[in-house]
Amino acid sequence: MNGKRLPTDDAAWIRGMIGRRMSRRDVLRSAGIGAGALGLSSFLAACGVEGEGASSGPTAGAEGSPEWWADQQAGDHVNFTNWPAYIDRDLSIDGPGSRPSLYAFMQDSGIDVTYRADINSNEEFYAAIRPALESGQDTGHDIIVITNGQELTEMIQLGYLIPLDPTRRPNFDANVGAAFKDPAFDPGNEYTMAWQSGMTGIAYNTKFVDEEITSLEQMLNPKYAGHVGMFNNTADAQALAMIELGINPETSTPEQWQEAADLLQQFNDSGVLRGWFDQAYLTAIENEDLWVTMAWSGDILNDKLYFPEFATFEFTALNNGAVVWVDNCCIPKAAANPVGAMMVMDWYYDPQYAAMLTEWNAYVSPVPAAGEIVQADADAAQGANQEVLQTIASSPFVFPTPELEENLYNYRVLEGEEIEEWNDLFNPIFIS
Amino acid sequence: MERPVQPDLHLIAPKERRPRRSSAPYLLSSPALLWLLLLFVIPMFAMASLSLQEGTSLEGFRQTFRFANYTDAIAENGDFLLRSLRNGAIVTIAALLIAYPVAYWIAFYGGRFKSVFLFLLLLPFFISFVIRTVAWSFILSDDGIILGTLKSIGILPETYHVLGTTFAVIAGITYNLVPFTILPLYVSLEQIDHRLVEAAKDLYSSRRQAFLKVVLPLSMPGVFAAVLLTSIPAIGDYVNAAVLGNFAPGTAMIGNVIQTEFLRNRDYPEGAALAFVLMGVMVVGAVIYAKLLGTERITEG
Repeated sequence: MNGKRLPTDDAAWIRGMIGRRMSRRDVLRSAGIGAGALGLSSFLAACGVEGEGASSGPTAGAEGSPEWWADQQAGDHVNFTNWPAYIDRDLSIDGPGSRPSLYAFMQDSGIDVTYRADINSNEEFYAAIRPALESGQDTGHDIIVITNGQELTEMIQLGYLIPLDPTRRPNFDANVGAAFKDPAFDPGNEYTMAWQSGMTGIAYNTKFVDEEITSLEQMLNPKYAGHVGMFNNTADAQALAMIELGINPETSTPEQWQEAADLLQQFNDSGVLRGWFDQAYLTAIENEDLWVTMAWSGDILNDKLYFPEFATFEFTALNNGAVVWVDNCCIPKAAANPVGAMMVMDWYYDPQYAAMLTEWNAYVSPVPAAGEIVQADADAAQGANQEVLQTIASSPFVFPTPELEENLYNYRVLEGEEIEEWNDLFNPIFIS
Repeated sequence: MERPVQPDLHLIAPKERRPRRSSAPYLLSSPALLWLLLLFVIPMFAMASLSLQEGTSLEGFRQTFRFANYTDAIAENGDFLLRSLRNGAIVTIAALLIAYPVAYWIAFYGGRFKSVFLFLLLLPFFISFVIRTVAWSFILSDDGIILGTLKSIGILPETYHVLGTTFAVIAGITYNLVPFTILPLYVSLEQIDHRLVEAAKDLYSSRRQAFLKVVLPLSMPGVFAAVLLTSIPAIGDYVNAAVLGNFAPGTAMIGNVIQTEFLRNRDYPEGAALAFVLMGVMVVGAVIYAKLLGTERITEG
């Protein structure tokens, strides 16, 4: 326990451990809404919650339409809710100054930003705010960060996100990388702007693992019994299992899903598995509960580079490749300060602030120009900091090389009946 | 079912005076009734309605009175239900074994510090039980203060772990519920007239006989309440399997399945049906238990 980060060091981090991330306000709100939405509407009307069907863009005057945006004023406060280990930190400072890039925004705009690292799972976070979204109430979040996948797609289809104002994102228009412009899951960036992108691969602690882990099969080795972690979300373990089997997840067929499910089931049957994790895997590998685990690239690189006690961590792709995903900023319906939210989102498309994020969190920036700044900073840096920045600047997981890019795979996009088939096949594996 | 003979203290107590007919009882109970109606009865009906619906999160849910939700819930989750009942039974027995001596000692030997001891028992409740459970996940982590030390001096092998096992889940639930076991036991033990124990000894009973024939039977109402207060939350627990069990294969309980239906799959009807199945099992279990031990004991305590 040599000087490990204690949970008390970071209140957000503690909350990050607790599974369902909700502020007290959210709890009260959802309690009220739970009674209201599930209670009165569905009970008295004796019929369920009608799906709203696909929204076909904003109608005139509706939330998110040009007329509506024209009427909006920037409020003086933004609630920004994100995943842990995702924003640049200066741990020598307490308070808002400890997030330098965001602090610069607050200084520049006069808008106060409450930043919460409260999202640990797309599924659970969406489930927690869904009752409020369904009844058209403010969720208490102005910006949320959701991975491309089932939950984001459903939120877009049900009209739970405010269409963004294309006139309020000059930095985005000027600096966004080609890969992040007009993504398949959100044509025209109508609802989303990428926060960061990253990869799902394997992390291991060389203190306990003396081989390079480049396949899931190696994780089944009995010598790691009880110290192997896997992801339990609706996309990652499935996609990585398919990559292991030489299947491209994006174009996979239901028969191939079954093959992946069989592979994942082996982990349940083998006795090597510690358990199925969400973001909590990070604490588990930090506590040395996990020796080898599925992991998200930047989480592990950030730990390795900035915390000496985690210097023995390694992140790798499988021999066959890795999963690539995009975490997206979006504005939930009925948000209190959509203009302020757009200002924050666009702020991070200024290369200098995008570079501050990359230099800390070691994820893939949606702003290519940030790469040059990271490289320049790495060249100019001194001492230990130079090594850290050089490592980030040269990491294929931060600036993907063409060879790695060839082996990066997207999630399967599920439609209609496929969603249920997929969930019925995989979900029982994660809870047994 | 024959019951042990008990001294009937009610005959000694003065007869209660019959209250005058007035609206006061209704007025006084109305906050509680309103609370129950708004926050228990209405949500229950809502959940009952939800449990018979059909649909998906994306397309919405429609009331079709699909009773198959219930048969599906039972067919798919029987193992989890049995595992939860087994864990609940182990937790209840362990908690009783831990709690009874504590409650006994406070009630009989606590003297003027009784309230201090009771306060100490309640002290953990000043911290959220989720936080306390998370704290255990640090204390018991593989390289934590306990296991790390034992491993470094070579008592435990490097791969040994407590987290991610059924033992950790059961121990965590027991830890969280022991105060709920102690309090009802204490209440019933505290009410025992010490002169009865003295009388038993005067009649040449050993300390052991006095305990088995006088104290234990008189404390049965407390045991009854303690069993209910411990086993019901134990069976429904979903925090310990997640935080201390790491969702390892074989550790998930029925509460985790319900949570998963609501928070991951967003299959509200299936989750609601399963919640009602669990509630039904526990209500039936509690009623049978009360029949066997005598319902009047709950109120007598």
